[in-house]
Amino acid sequence: MTTSRTKQPGSETAAIPLAARPSLLASPGIRKLGLAVLGWTIACVIFFPIFWMVLTGFKTEAAAIADPSLIFSPTLESYQAVQDRSGYARYALNSVAVAFGSTLLALVIAIPSAYSMAFLPTKRTKGTLLWMLSTKMLPSVGVLVPIYLIFRDVGLLDTRTGLIIVYTLMNLPIVVWMLYTFFKDMPKDILEAGRMDGASTLQEVLFLLMPLTLPGIASTGLLSVILSWNEAFWSLNLTSSNAAPLTAYIASFSSPEGLFWAKLSAASTMAIAPILVLGWMTQKQMVRGLTFGAVK
Amino acid sequence: MATLQLKQITKSFDDTHVIKGIDLEVNDKEFVVFVGPSGCGKSTLMRMIAGLESATSGDIVIDGQRINDVGPADRGLAMVFQSYALYPHMTVEDNMGFSMRLAKVPKEQRRQKVLEAAQILQLEPLLDRKPKALSGGQRQRVAIGRAIVRNPSIFLFDEPLSNLDAALRVQMRIELARLHEELDATMIYVTHDQIEAMTMADKIVVLHDGEVEQVGSPMELYHHPCNRFVAGFIGSPKMNFLEVGLERTHAEGVEIRLPGGGTCSVPADGSELAVDSALELGVRPEHLLLDDQGPLEGEIQVLERLGGQTSLYVQMGELMVTIMADGDVAHRVHDKVRFGFEPERAHLFDASGLALPSLHQHPLARLTRRDNRVASDADSL
Repeated sequence: MTTSRTKQPGSETAAIPLAARPSLLASPGIRKLGLAVLGWTIACVIFFPIFWMVLTGFKTEAAAIADPSLIFSPTLESYQAVQDRSGYARYALNSVAVAFGSTLLALVIAIPSAYSMAFLPTKRTKGTLLWMLSTKMLPSVGVLVPIYLIFRDVGLLDTRTGLIIVYTLMNLPIVVWMLYTFFKDMPKDILEAGRMDGASTLQEVLFLLMPLTLPGIASTGLLSVILSWNEAFWSLNLTSSNAAPLTAYIASFSSPEGLFWAKLSAASTMAIAPILVLGWMTQKQMVRGLTFGAVK
Repeated sequence: MATLQLKQITKSFDDTHVIKGIDLEVNDKEFVVFVGPSGCGKSTLMRMIAGLESATSGDIVIDGQRINDVGPADRGLAMVFQSYALYPHMTVEDNMGFSMRLAKVPKEQRRQKVLEAAQILQLEPLLDRKPKALSGGQRQRVAIGRAIVRNPSIFLFDEPLSNLDAALRVQMRIELARLHEELDATMIYVTHDQIEAMTMADKIVVLHDGEVEQVGSPMELYHHPCNRFVAGFIGSPKMNFLEVGLERTHAEGVEIRLPGGGTCSVPADGSELAVDSALELGVRPEHLLLDDQGPLEGEIQVLERLGGQTSLYVQMGELMVTIMADGDVAHRVHDKVRFGFEPERAHLFDASGLALPSLHQHPLARLTRRDNRVASDADSL
């Protein structure tokens, strides 16, 4: 800042201390405006592909591959075509079952784990947490073959159960981490008071810990639902038709017969719509949950 | 009927020894205060009694039964936490009734007991509120109410007043003393505030570095501290310590050489002292007397007028001495003053910090708060 200021015209008035000189950048109004412009630019860059996808979904195939244009006559043709080819509802149902099922299972496993790590830590707790997170850094494709073979042998290929298990394992590290930070924030005294009042560990968790950390548990669950909903790698590789969720539905439109941009866009729009609405409704929760550890 | 015995209790976290072998006896209906500076192990000791922390070794005995392996809820104790630890999502009534809800007590009976406790604590109008909507003092009372409904044999208080402002603290102190009388229960109270200890205790346990320094009634600790630590910790403002020389010992006490050159005979047992032992003289600020003929002299550095009393901070060479004098003293800052003390009020400590036994017992040294009560009852008759 200081160096850029010295280069400004008018810096020859050296008698005035640098800090006292009025600077354009230092003025709060300009700064605010700059930040707003920056924020909107980034948001637009991120949002543009989604916007374009929704738009393309309402075009005809011909218009979709023609020169990009904002002016066209919208049509539901692609949606109709997509719906005719394969039932959206079946895939959506699979997505719902798998996303919520895996989230529920992950919470059931993670709540006791996070409880013990937050309230009964040992010397290795921090290490365990880091190790768990490190598994997220492993490329999934590295374990694809063994998991595929195991699933084939136990008959879990193309089943919702199989997908739920994989998604649960996939999200467990993040779910445990988030719950751990929420639980850490809960005063230990309250649980101890409960113990003095005669609560068993289970009662402590059910009557005290869970009601008091419900916002945290909710935002953790939401994140897990969203991650499971959007997951494509495992769903494409482990399912074909019976258990295929919406991600597989989208992928089925980039078929060997060629790319159909309008249909692909229409399918994608339908696939992301539910989770987008859910995300929109719960964004306050989400932001609070995700920035929880950072702003403490 | 509830007595508590601690037998050679120790507690270690890895290699840190927090409690180093404590023996203690708490009698039925006694109000016992654990007092000591932070980190002395008093809270840990209480948590071990409560069962929230396990003892590394030693026995915890309640009413003759060893309860080391009994869970916290089954020890018949109730604890009031420093942070109150109320359940934020429950109403006052549910907070107080939670233990009974867990014990599956029928709803009617539960309500009955909560109402009884609420009556004692004047909480009836607040029963439907959540803790968030209560003031600090009210929260404190709810926490106590939660303990009362459990009908415990022993109440445990872990620094219950430290989150309250000064005025409220005085009020709650009185209320707690009243409650002790009303409930007639054994109470153990942890605090770092020696005023709370002095005002409420039947018996004070002074802890330091995981060890018991002294156990006794408030007046006993005040008049006959057994070592330099207790002498400095009990009493406010702190006791003054002066290095003095040993002149000679005789049957009526120990003759010492004061910093100013004068001598003085303190009635303490110096028979064990070696010639030329290093000694420290301890005199409480309220026992130092301004006196033009006094053997000690210094310059007033700071003067704090409290109205009824005046604190004088007097520079004596390297040393700063505190004198609690009358409210009407006319001295000013930088005045030179002479002062002295009554030898019977003085304490002598040897090189290891142990007090030389006093040759006469203070008449009030055996007085407990309970005796106070009896005496004042008698007065009012």
